[in-house]
Amino acid sequence: MKKQELLKWNGWGYNDSKFIFNKKGQAEFTGKRYRLGGMVLPTFKEWIEKTFGASLEHKTTSRASLNVNDVPPSIVNEEFLQDLKATKISYSQDAEDRVFRAHGHCLHEIFVLREGMFKRIPDLVVWPVCHEDVVKIVELACKHNLCIIPFGGGTSVSSALECPEEEKRTIVSLDTSQMNRILWIDEKNLTACVEAGIVGQDLEKQLAESGFCTGHEPDSMEFSSLGGWVATRASGMKKNIYGNIEDLVIHIKMVTPRGIVEKNCQVPRMSTGPDIHHFIMGSEGTLGVVTEVTIKIRPVPEYQKYGSVVFPNFERGVACLREVAKQRCAPASIRLVDNAQFQFGHALKPQVASIFTSFLDGLKKFYITKFKGFDPNVLCVATLLFEGDREKVLQHEKQVYDIATKFGGLAAGEDNGQRGYMLTFVIAYLRDLGLDYYVIGESFETSVPWDRVLDLCRNVKERIVRECKEKGVQFAPLSTCRVTQTYDAGACVYFYFAFNYRGISDPIHVYEQIERAAREEILANGGSLSHHHGVGKLRKRWMKESISDVGLGMLRSVKEYVDPNNIFGNKNLL
Amino acid sequence: MKCYTPVIYKGLSPCKPNAIKSAVLQSEQVQYVIKQLAKEMGESPDIIQEEAMEILDEMGHSMQLGAVRFFAFTLSKIFKQLFQRVCVNEEGMQRLQHAIQEHPVVLLPSHRSYVDFLMLSYLLYTYDLALPVIAAGIDFLGMKIVGELLRRAGAFFMRRSFGGNRLYWAVFAEYVKTMLRSGYAPIEFFLEGTRSRTAKTLTPKFGLLSIVMEPFFKREVFDTYLVPISISYERILEESLYAYELLGVPKPKESTSGLLKARRILSDNFGTIHIYVGQPVSLRTLASGRISRCPYNLVPRHLPQKPSEDIQEFVTDVAYKMELLQIENMVLSPWVLVAAVLLQNLPAMDFELLIEKTQWLKGLTQTFGGFVEWPDNLCAKKAVISGLTLHSNIARLVNGHVVLNDKGVEDGAVGEIVFKRALAILMCATYRNQLLNVFVRPSLVAVALQMTSSFRKEEVYSCFSFLRDVFSDEFIFFPGISLKDFEEGCFLLAKCDAIQTSQQEIYPTDKGSGIVSFLSAMFRPFVEGYQLIFRYLSKETKEAFTEKQFIPGVRNFVFQLLEKGNTQCYEALSSDMQKNALAALVQLGAAKKKKMSSGFTYNVNQEAVNKILDMFDARIPVQKPVAARL
Repeated sequence: MKKQELLKWNGWGYNDSKFIFNKKGQAEFTGKRYRLGGMVLPTFKEWIEKTFGASLEHKTTSRASLNVNDVPPSIVNEEFLQDLKATKISYSQDAEDRVFRAHGHCLHEIFVLREGMFKRIPDLVVWPVCHEDVVKIVELACKHNLCIIPFGGGTSVSSALECPEEEKRTIVSLDTSQMNRILWIDEKNLTACVEAGIVGQDLEKQLAESGFCTGHEPDSMEFSSLGGWVATRASGMKKNIYGNIEDLVIHIKMVTPRGIVEKNCQVPRMSTGPDIHHFIMGSEGTLGVVTEVTIKIRPVPEYQKYGSVVFPNFERGVACLREVAKQRCAPASIRLVDNAQFQFGHALKPQVASIFTSFLDGLKKFYITKFKGFDPNVLCVATLLFEGDREKVLQHEKQVYDIATKFGGLAAGEDNGQRGYMLTFVIAYLRDLGLDYYVIGESFETSVPWDRVLDLCRNVKERIVRECKEKGVQFAPLSTCRVTQTYDAGACVYFYFAFNYRGISDPIHVYEQIERAAREEILANGGSLSHHHGVGKLRKRWMKESISDVGLGMLRSVKEYVDPNNIFGNKNLL
Repeated sequence: MKCYTPVIYKGLSPCKPNAIKSAVLQSEQVQYVIKQLAKEMGESPDIIQEEAMEILDEMGHSMQLGAVRFFAFTLSKIFKQLFQRVCVNEEGMQRLQHAIQEHPVVLLPSHRSYVDFLMLSYLLYTYDLALPVIAAGIDFLGMKIVGELLRRAGAFFMRRSFGGNRLYWAVFAEYVKTMLRSGYAPIEFFLEGTRSRTAKTLTPKFGLLSIVMEPFFKREVFDTYLVPISISYERILEESLYAYELLGVPKPKESTSGLLKARRILSDNFGTIHIYVGQPVSLRTLASGRISRCPYNLVPRHLPQKPSEDIQEFVTDVAYKMELLQIENMVLSPWVLVAAVLLQNLPAMDFELLIEKTQWLKGLTQTFGGFVEWPDNLCAKKAVISGLTLHSNIARLVNGHVVLNDKGVEDGAVGEIVFKRALAILMCATYRNQLLNVFVRPSLVAVALQMTSSFRKEEVYSCFSFLRDVFSDEFIFFPGISLKDFEEGCFLLAKCDAIQTSQQEIYPTDKGSGIVSFLSAMFRPFVEGYQLIFRYLSKETKEAFTEKQFIPGVRNFVFQLLEKGNTQCYEALSSDMQKNALAALVQLGAAKKKKMSSGFTYNVNQEAVNKILDMFDARIPVQKPVAARL
């Protein structure tokens, strides 16, 4: 089945899953894939209206389908096509196939899909099924001087997949999705060798059949690929137990114009000069195609438990997370959402089935706000996920809750925690709904030392509000954040930002100016350019400042050696 | 009783003065320095902590609403006795009210009198705004009861110099920053550092300003508002005190009994006070694009860090910008114009002519952007008369002539006469001085025109540029924009038809020669005074000397010249001018300033000073690279 038959062509995720307003005007999430599927969200409409000043009467609609006539023609050299046919690798010049691989999921990209057309898209899509196929394709590309842009899950949010407009050569989109096998599992060493095109959820599903998992769960894991994780230095929700991609990877095989790069053994660590894996991880498709990865695996945990803690305010919450990190007892995942995001999560609460649950909810609310004196407009919530042996989990849970108590935290139940995590998967669908009602939004992230977390969160949110005002945004934006990962020396902070753009003639331009200002603010507050989204083309302008002139030169010289003719010409990063 | 419910900063978490003190003491910043010092001196941290506590107790304010009410009550009585009116720009107060809610606010008033901060606090109280905490000199603590009262009204006390004392610096800086970060109260201090004895804006001090800017640099606050406030007095309470002090009769130490004695002035009339609250300036906007963020990102924020060069430069620029804003908004009373005219027409001036000239100067001042308070319907005669009435101690009308009030000149020794006259002139100059920073750019062009007696733009500019450097401590110039200042001066002169300019030349118009000579006469006391002082320095000082030796020496030197009638430049007796001239030599590299255990000593390079003197006499052309744009 073609990808675009399963997935939306102009939005996030599966075709059958989306937010809609039903006939009664209530919000509903369709489909059966998510726990939220088929449920009615009674308070959501009000939240949207209150938060964005949006109204259901003012609607914009996307084009229903792709207009093939708008699509730039596919220009492919006949000789290359002959050579390609001889390899028996399947390929396509179909307009839909090409447009589907011409973008990631940045706001401006989706906006273009709904209302315009990209100036430059791939001329051809190829589907190699194994490492050798990739070798052949790269050889052909070198021979005919083509540009290759590797494509995994297509979930990039850094403009990494956009084709450089000025690229005159034929652009080949190398779709790795057919390289999706687990080649072997080594139970003695707890490693698995996997083809790089496999998508996160398939990898976990297939490993689970043998009782294993990688534990790598980025929020995009339903769609993003192993190769993509490596190419962007991805981070997973449960990194506290399993580590980020750089901790998980044991061996990488990558095809470059210069040849194949790999190590001679599969060992936990080696001292052989700078680790060549670190040239590959984060190279964002500028050096070659990752074809096979040996990755660490773990037995599937016996027991999982969600949890949540309410804090009287964000400051106390951050202090608690800092303490948890200090004691190195972070659960598989621990996240702290600010008040705006807490309210947002609340708005996505489905209709409760029984009077009893609604009574319990009321009681909980009464206890927290009236009895404990938490201000519902100030409090914030941490969501937790514990994993492991049942006994250890319970022990661990107690330790974390004890710390939370010291910071004024109150346990707020498993259900709230679980819903929090579910939301990270469905939240991406929400943007498509917003777009229908003049609301545009995006997320961005950074990492920051502990002592600057609070200042950074406050200043970046404030900057967004101010910039919106200055740029003529009529209604105050949603500007909210969560501390989403903890480390010894700092944390990863994730921002959501959305506003109602009615009355603004060029919303995308305004949006981009504000996003840029927000990034400037992050950097001025001692935050990083990116924790895990990567640089792509969206954040290139800050690379020099981020890694110094010499640093940039080091990366450039690697690129020059590996790919002197710029075959991998997506222009990311450098 | 007045119901006082001020608007406050939106992020404020209310706390008591003592809570601030303990927060400061426990802060990482102060603890770090304590540990460092303990290690270096081999002392126990507890002892140093104790010391820090003492510093805090000496320094800290303890604002209490009761004391504030007491002050408000008594001050309102006293102010009503002393002053006729207090005028405030209402929209400025409204802007301030908004600013206070939004971000931490720093109030930067001009400093001419002790009344400044009392009046400002009283005003904020009256307008229901958050009361500021005020950086005051430690000398106030010498006053019994009053010092403690001020403390309760929100004053905190800083030692006059503490550069070398790391613990003091750390505690003080953290104290100020803690109050700023938490938005506890607007922070008020005087950029000029001390009361200007001459009513001329003093060059700014940077220490406190850089402290209050740091939380923004480190992004501990989103933004900080700097609010320039111009306070001008029709008649300055301390006018005669200042004149005595400038002439070397020492300033009485602040004491409560002194204050009680000062009751006498209560029966006097001091006219109107004008307070102009300027537009709050966003530090974020000022800094945008100017500050590299790297240095603050690579060091933990609690470590004391010497500000980088571009930060220092930025702080300097902001300080000057704020002072220029103060100057721009300073209200000038008609008497200021009268004084300026009178000083050029000593010893006596025809009353009608004075009126005519004053009227003329009003127009010129307004052309130059001066903010003259002169009601439309008030005729010039009335304005001059009311000025003379208010300032009868300085000048009076005798037989259709206005004469300086230097009583006792007829009888008494020569020295006595010179002193009395100097006193009157310095007092009068205090008012003229209020005009100088408005006039300085066009006037220095005028002076340069006369000095070079050339019309070539290049030459005039290089002379202007020389004068600007020499007077860099005397007047307020934004650093490093000599050419822009020159162009502005030329523009203003051209605007009032005093000069015409072409590509290469500047020449006075027929009509403009009056303006040009008036303007250069206005600054003549400085040109002549500096020459006298430089002459003293080039001849009379051979070895290293301290400021304490220099001031009486040069005063004697000038005094003798005056006695002999060899000069008429009474203003050269002003210790303020003398200090500025010395500082100028240091800046120009003609003198060296060295720090000794007992204070600073100076070494003068005679040859260099002579060269500067020659430049004044236009004996050698001023040698300076000329900007290509001219």
